[in-house]
Amino acid sequence: MGWYNKRLSKSLWVFHASGSPCNNCDIEILDLLTPRYDVKRLGIKLVGSVRHADVLLVTGIFNQKIAPRIKRIYEQAPKPIFVVAVGTCVSSGCCFKDSYNITEKREEVIPIDMYIPGCPPKPESMIEAVAKLIGVLNG
Amino acid sequence: MKANKIPVGPFHPLLEEAEYFELTVDGETVVDIDMEIGWMHRGHEYISEMKTFTQSIYLVERICGICSTSHPLACVHAIEDIDNIEIPLRARYIRSLVGELERIHSHLLWLGLAGHFIGYDTLWMWAWKYREPVLEMFEIISGNRNHYGMMRVGGVAKDVDPEKIVELQKHLDMIERKMIMISKIAKDDPVLRSRLKGVGVLSHEDAIAYCTTGPTSRASGVPGDVRFDEPTDAYDLVDFERIVLPNGDVYDKLVVRVLEIIESVKICRQCLDKLKTATGPILNNVKEISPGEGIGRYEAPRGEVFHYIRSDGTNRPIRHKVRAPSYVNIPSFKASCKGIPIADALITLASVDPCYCCTERSLKIIDNNHDPQKLDLLKLSREKTERIRREINAD
Repeated sequence: MGWYNKRLSKSLWVFHASGSPCNNCDIEILDLLTPRYDVKRLGIKLVGSVRHADVLLVTGIFNQKIAPRIKRIYEQAPKPIFVVAVGTCVSSGCCFKDSYNITEKREEVIPIDMYIPGCPPKPESMIEAVAKLIGVLNG
Repeated sequence: MKANKIPVGPFHPLLEEAEYFELTVDGETVVDIDMEIGWMHRGHEYISEMKTFTQSIYLVERICGICSTSHPLACVHAIEDIDNIEIPLRARYIRSLVGELERIHSHLLWLGLAGHFIGYDTLWMWAWKYREPVLEMFEIISGNRNHYGMMRVGGVAKDVDPEKIVELQKHLDMIERKMIMISKIAKDDPVLRSRLKGVGVLSHEDAIAYCTTGPTSRASGVPGDVRFDEPTDAYDLVDFERIVLPNGDVYDKLVVRVLEIIESVKICRQCLDKLKTATGPILNNVKEISPGEGIGRYEAPRGEVFHYIRSDGTNRPIRHKVRAPSYVNIPSFKASCKGIPIADALITLASVDPCYCCTERSLKIIDNNHDPQKLDLLKLSREKTERIRREINAD
């Protein structure tokens, strides 16, 4: 699929799904689109449906109510899709890891390709992650 | 007349968080609305009981990313209320400074999203462009763009140095100029005016009946504001105005928020001026919390945040209750969405600035020990037998 990925890397379309975060990562993702950071200049576009997306951004700890929906969103997506986990919540559970309502392993709900640490990650680190993803796709 | 139902969510292009609405429509008109929450429930109150008082401040900071000063501030007010702990003067000014900066960035964020929802992306880009300097100010004060970690029981964590004050004042001057510009745009723009005037009206009576708080109620002529009614921190030491507008439509809610930004800039300026002269410590060293209970209130950007904490003399709270403003503002959709076209429903839903992360404190428990399907079948079968028995006996 090398040739496919190479063409994909020119313009990544991104869908953003929030799986019970504290809202902050989501705001920082939206912040990427605004004039200070403006990722549209890198060909990145936020789309309204996962069926159009190449990259799925997920945030939050996936509580038990939303985990099946996140799984369904992943299943609806056209493959290959790259799942990027934004924030500490997805990787370690942040301060919610003692809660009764979280899924123990987010990786069992959907396969995750890339983690961006930070609570919330700075927009600069998100751009760096995307640049790394483009580098990987280019081979 | 047959009513149709339109589901919105939980993942919808325009909803940033996961939430679910069910609009009952008759033709183009919304007849009824129902909402389902719980997609964001993380069990804060339960986790807080396992943490120490200081740790729980960091935990409640992560209830919501936008109100990440309001919740800790209400939480420390509640803990301080147990022992009537005094706060140093300098800490009071820093608390109010951070709180008001948060109000500026939250209202700007809402303004941008509101513009995005009505298809006015220029407003979104402008509002978020001038939100960045506010986040930069946070970075200067606390070292982080969001989740500042500034609050402590008995004061604040970090001091604002004199050289920082000069830099912050420069930023504030720029923000004030731009805010006056944006307020002129918001008030004079013919598109915004004709799109939002008279849309999604929440009447004065409904605003009281649904117990709405914050800008939602103040746009309907209900003058509730914790900063005036029960001044904490530095709010009784600075001058500012209470913004109340009478009409209750989305346009008034927008204007209330824009005017509040300008008032907040005023408060920040006064706090920075006072910080130059007010000397002293920033933190009262609190050794232990005695048994008892305390409440804390703070006027968050969305309305009144209320925290209740009960202590038994150990270093952990044994009960921590959180009541967020969106929890009372969201049911007001039932009043404001009735009779409006579907096209106006979304901006009406967004007009209260709902924050679902703040709202979701409750959980419905389903019994998992029994297979629910079997249980239901058995129950149905027994009920049928009972019904037949009754019919036979009646004959």
